[in-house]
Amino acid sequence: MTDAATIQALTRRAVALRRHIVMPASTYYAHLGGAMSCADVMAALFFHFLRLDGRRPDHFLMSKGHAVTALHACMVELGKIDASELPLSGQSGSRLAGHPTKKAPGVEFATGSLGHALSVGVGIALGEQLSKSDARTVVLLGDGELQEGTVWEAALSAPRFGLERLIAIVDYNRFQAAGAVDDVMPMEPLADKWRAFRWNVHEIDGHDMAAIVAALERVPAPHGPTAIIAHTVKGKGVPGIEGTGRAHYTMLSEDEVTRTLAALEVMA
Amino acid sequence: MSGYFAAMSSAEVLAELAEHNPNVVLVSQDFGPVGSFTGRFPDRHFDVGISEQNLIGVAAGLAHAGKLPFVLGMAPFVSMRGFEQIRDDCAYNRNNVKFIAPFAGLEAGPWGATHHAQEDIALLRTIPGMTILSPADPNESLRAVRAAAIIEGPVYIRLGFLTPLDGYDTELRVGEAVTMREGKDVTIIATGGCVGAALMAHEALKAGGVSARVLNMHTLKPMDRAAVERAARETGRIVTVEEHSIIGGLGGAVAEIMAELGTGRLRRVGVRDVFCTEVEPYPELLRIHGIDAAGVEGAVRALLQ
Repeated sequence: MTDAATIQALTRRAVALRRHIVMPASTYYAHLGGAMSCADVMAALFFHFLRLDGRRPDHFLMSKGHAVTALHACMVELGKIDASELPLSGQSGSRLAGHPTKKAPGVEFATGSLGHALSVGVGIALGEQLSKSDARTVVLLGDGELQEGTVWEAALSAPRFGLERLIAIVDYNRFQAAGAVDDVMPMEPLADKWRAFRWNVHEIDGHDMAAIVAALERVPAPHGPTAIIAHTVKGKGVPGIEGTGRAHYTMLSEDEVTRTLAALEVMA
Repeated sequence: MSGYFAAMSSAEVLAELAEHNPNVVLVSQDFGPVGSFTGRFPDRHFDVGISEQNLIGVAAGLAHAGKLPFVLGMAPFVSMRGFEQIRDDCAYNRNNVKFIAPFAGLEAGPWGATHHAQEDIALLRTIPGMTILSPADPNESLRAVRAAAIIEGPVYIRLGFLTPLDGYDTELRVGEAVTMREGKDVTIIATGGCVGAALMAHEALKAGGVSARVLNMHTLKPMDRAAVERAARETGRIVTVEEHSIIGGLGGAVAEIMAELGTGRLRRVGVRDVFCTEVEPYPELLRIHGIDAAGVEGAVRALLQ
């Protein structure tokens, strides 16, 4: 059980991540919604769960690569990217692109095309298991991304190899590019799908820091991999936009940025 | 020898490599035990079942975790269904994955066009950092596996039906074509099992007074540009031979080099932009599509006219 002070610190960290994501949001179009929705999960991963240093560090793959600004925000908080670089993301000469690339600090695996990283995660976890290492491998997936068949090929194979240190986290924010996931191609019953594929499944409120941390702390679970289905709100923390289809790919007005930053103050 | 058996033979080379390098692992798709490798290294052979995309993603992950994965998968399925995983997860992310791909070309014969790999060279040679090897006979396929293990980066070893070439034991130097026969009137550039057909055509042409150089282009990428340019300058005429579409493969690559050079005339022997739908045994399928010694000889004669 993680103490209340740690949970509180992680919650503040998530607010800091959201601030980094939102501040440049009036300068370019970005996949704002999916970055804001996973900010709490990212805070729990990068500032509590993942062992980033040492001989066999943990692995993090952002399969939903379009949420890259959340990853860049973590690197700002870790001191690997200067906050002043964020507004230049995607601009001429920047080392920060619209999806995770190896030019950007802290990106372990370049992604973008959806449905790739869970298979890669299976391979990494398999390699670590073979090396008798206790490194964990975390793959962050989008809910719309689960419409890619490759995700389920990977999901089928992970329990076959007993990968107890592999974690798939689904950022279930309910929206994809064309609209609501439930309208485009419903994924329900989602938890049952993962259970049927023989994963240990935890369904949580993806904005409840204590719940996120508790779910992560149940890894390694005996016999196989863990799927954490994090119910989230697309664009979480952006007034008037959170929970709407517009949140997926958008540019904010300067006024919207100001109002969001004010709202984040309250959250902190 | 079927590409499948060539692949199985290569498992012996893999086992030998695995003895010395604990990072060597084998990842396959529904292949069962692979040669002696599986028996000797049961915990280093992973079969992911029938899922090419996952197969390649998993291999990329293994490489990322410091392993040296060899992927064993059917050429048509690995190269086409798994293309994006080869591109993104292996090449773009710079993961050191080796592919051993039997059933390249038309070897699957009467199984039908779904099982023919006549696009794999064209597809894979567009990927930056990719190496493509296409050995000419069973022994060269073993040399290709050894060469692949040393290369840093993804390597695709294309294995079609291979007949032993008598007395051929030239070292495989990646990116360096082997001059199998000297000649001055025309150069036949062949790859894979087609090298055998080219050598037969060479003999037939010689009997008719035509001196044909024969090159074994065992490395399709990076291609031996200098050898192609020499052939164009010295013999003026080039015939390419491959069990692959004439679009984008060996013939396509040679055409690109010749066009930039601005010298020489070319004919391409290969699958002429059709699916090979005839229900025929493999040798007959090659004959129908003109990818045999007679087809090569005919192409040379047409070019000499």
